[in-house]
Amino acid sequence: MKNLINNKENKVIYDVKNLNLWYGSDQALKNLDFTINENEVTAIIGPSGCGKSTFIKTLNRMIEMVPSVKTTGEILYRGTNLFDKSIGVEELRTKVGMVFQKPNPFPKSIFENVVYGAKIHGIRNKNQLMEIAENSLKSAALWDEVKDRLNDNAYGLSGGQQQRLCIARSLAIQPDVLLMDEPTSALDPIATNRIEELVEKLKKDYTIVIVTHSMHQAGRISDKTAFFLSGEVVEFGNTKDIFSNPKDKRTEDYITGRFG
Amino acid sequence: MNHTADVKNVIKKNIEKNKNKKREKIIPNLFLLAASISILTTVGIVLTLAFDAYKFFAKVPLKEIFSTELAPLAVNPSFGILPLISGTIITSIIAMCVAIPIGLTAAIYLSEYAKESHRKILKPIMELLAGIPTIVYGFFAYSFVTPLLMNLIPSLGAKNALSPGIVMGIMIIPMVTSLSEDAMNSVPNAMREGALALGSTKLEVAIKVVLPAATSGIISSFVLAISRAIGETMIVTIASGSSKNFTLDITQSMQTMTAYIVEFTSGDAGSGTVGYYSLYAVGLILFIFTLLMNLLAQYISRRYREEY
Amino acid sequence: MNNRTKTRLLLDKLAHKAFLLSALFALLILGILIYRMGTQSIGWLNFEFLKNNLSIFPEKSGIYGAIIGSLRLMAVIAPVTIILGVSTAIYLEEYAHKGKLQSFINMNISNLSGVPSVIFGLLGLTVFGRMLNLGSSILAGGLTMSLLVLPIVVVSSQEAIRAVPNYLRDASYAMGASNWTVIRTVVLPSAVPGILTGTILSLSRAIGETAPLVVLGIPTLILKVPTSVMDDFTTLPIQIYYWTLDTVLTPEYANLAAATSIVLIIMLFLMNSFAIYIRNKFQKRY
Repeated sequence: MKNLINNKENKVIYDVKNLNLWYGSDQALKNLDFTINENEVTAIIGPSGCGKSTFIKTLNRMIEMVPSVKTTGEILYRGTNLFDKSIGVEELRTKVGMVFQKPNPFPKSIFENVVYGAKIHGIRNKNQLMEIAENSLKSAALWDEVKDRLNDNAYGLSGGQQQRLCIARSLAIQPDVLLMDEPTSALDPIATNRIEELVEKLKKDYTIVIVTHSMHQAGRISDKTAFFLSGEVVEFGNTKDIFSNPKDKRTEDYITGRFG
Repeated sequence: MNHTADVKNVIKKNIEKNKNKKREKIIPNLFLLAASISILTTVGIVLTLAFDAYKFFAKVPLKEIFSTELAPLAVNPSFGILPLISGTIITSIIAMCVAIPIGLTAAIYLSEYAKESHRKILKPIMELLAGIPTIVYGFFAYSFVTPLLMNLIPSLGAKNALSPGIVMGIMIIPMVTSLSEDAMNSVPNAMREGALALGSTKLEVAIKVVLPAATSGIISSFVLAISRAIGETMIVTIASGSSKNFTLDITQSMQTMTAYIVEFTSGDAGSGTVGYYSLYAVGLILFIFTLLMNLLAQYISRRYREEY
Repeated sequence: MNNRTKTRLLLDKLAHKAFLLSALFALLILGILIYRMGTQSIGWLNFEFLKNNLSIFPEKSGIYGAIIGSLRLMAVIAPVTIILGVSTAIYLEEYAHKGKLQSFINMNISNLSGVPSVIFGLLGLTVFGRMLNLGSSILAGGLTMSLLVLPIVVVSSQEAIRAVPNYLRDASYAMGASNWTVIRTVVLPSAVPGILTGTILSLSRAIGETAPLVVLGIPTLILKVPTSVMDDFTTLPIQIYYWTLDTVLTPEYANLAAATSIVLIIMLFLMNSFAIYIRNKFQKRY
């Protein structure tokens, strides 16, 4: 385990440099420039349509699923430009896991869901898969609830459990970064609370980027916050500072609920 | 945390291993190859028909082709196509006279009047009717409908255009009904409710609101039905016979283009004779007929789709 | 109520009844058809009829050979259409981006589905029968029928693939799956019921078809039960056709044709019910 206490500023994982992105001729991201650090939770906040979802999807290049997307600038992931031809998108995504807005387990058993990633990447050994399933479900704080019904269909779980299953599924291939795109927007307050506690716990092993609609959520769980507006980063810094002492008027308006 | 390092390593190795494999590049091409079979089929149809039809048109003067004299097996054979075209059109018209009124009114019933429970029974029955093989309909027309009609029309021949026309119409009803009903179902309910709120009866809503709004879909279902009737083979082959006379008398036998093809392939025309090539010429005309119909149906339904 | 309103209500009532009759007409015809075939085949449709092969004596004739022929024909059609149809659908839905090629192939398939079956017979006769020298064998018939029903399998597979929600694909891509892995592990498993339904429906269409096989030149009287795909063969519809043609000379053939029709209808009914059962069972899963 790394010694986090002595390292005031953690190692940089993502270095976003002058990133622009267009859907066809509409510019969705403008001159983004900031860094995301290891073992921190970085929250991306902002009103609907501000580009926060677009941004988080560039971090594992899921954005390329949209055919008309064009980008300029760089995102350095551990020092290498993501958009570099030498980086395989599949390899990148094994290191950068993602959890979506709506829980999206496969229509398979709980067990098959968790070990899906390991299986498609060549792990066949039954015992090893079982071990992976147990560890991942434990990391996602779901093990105790499902250990007796691993062969049941995942659709029988509650929404919150499904979302934790999706987290477990991402963790199973031991990523480095976990991207979460509004992971609690479809969940009730209790389920939301459990996910937030989980994020708190996971950050000692993973770097987490979370897009959220809720400023309170960002305030509760994140170390750094980036406030997006119309595709630009209006303000980026320590969450504490942003919430207690915003530098920009627009940030202040947003977090005090005057718009959005 | 041995486990962590282990999983990561296996995955990394696996990705490295797959990187050099051409699989991801080859697979889409295999699928493209499969997809191109359908295009090859069309090309194949056009080439086979055109190639041998060309030989026919090169040998037979146009004046003879557009005559009413069809006697392919005579000592002095003649290849007038008009009897086949009139036979095809007449049987198709009879079929439409049955299929359109019944098919359309049944569609109105299902879409505007029927309770959900009735729909649930009637729709599968329609599907069953649509699934009955044409050969069974042909046998039914010949052995049941024709004798039945003979009671009403004593002069009716054992082979005639009327009976297969009617049965062909029955065969097509499910198609007209289901396509028209789809068109009516896509009319927004708000339009119906508006008219009902003004005190219109269901009939008035159906005729003044739903039918006009669903016209394109309904017309395109009719066009597809005609195309289906023109291409239908076994019913007319069995029940309409093979008389090559040019006649408009629906109580008598007449031959359709499709029946001509069946008669000649299963018959005596040896490869290389004009009679053999005439098969492909008739096939080509039939193909063009139905293709135009299908394109027309697509055009109608696409052109007017953006109404609401 | 004034008179005008009364008339309008009466008209509505009459129309309701008339439209109902139209809808019931299908039921009526189905009833007559089955009743008629049923009474005609009484005394003819029995175990012997299913077990015996063709004979020149009507009372000794059976359809064993035709049943085997139909089944063997299906055994050729099923793998060919599944492989070609599903592959085409995968290409169109998962690889071809919404472009000219995709809409061209789609339009081509929709036009193919409107081409009369007798034309496919001419294609089969020329390409499989003569050019590839397969004659009127099961293989020639099966390949011809495969091309005929291919559009049905393609379209239903496309619908099944399109019904797989994108969020499932995203989940897989986000874990570093390649295109092919996503198709193999997510798309196809979810689309199987729809694909199966389409395939069964296409098979039932194929074994009811007559014209393409007649055009291929299936011989009239086949006394041998086919044992390989290169053998000549007969099928249930072909048998109905030849018996119907000869009813003038041998009236008993009408009974044989009716009995064969009943067997064919029952087969198709079972296949279609199975397809509908699969469709309903798996319809609402997401």
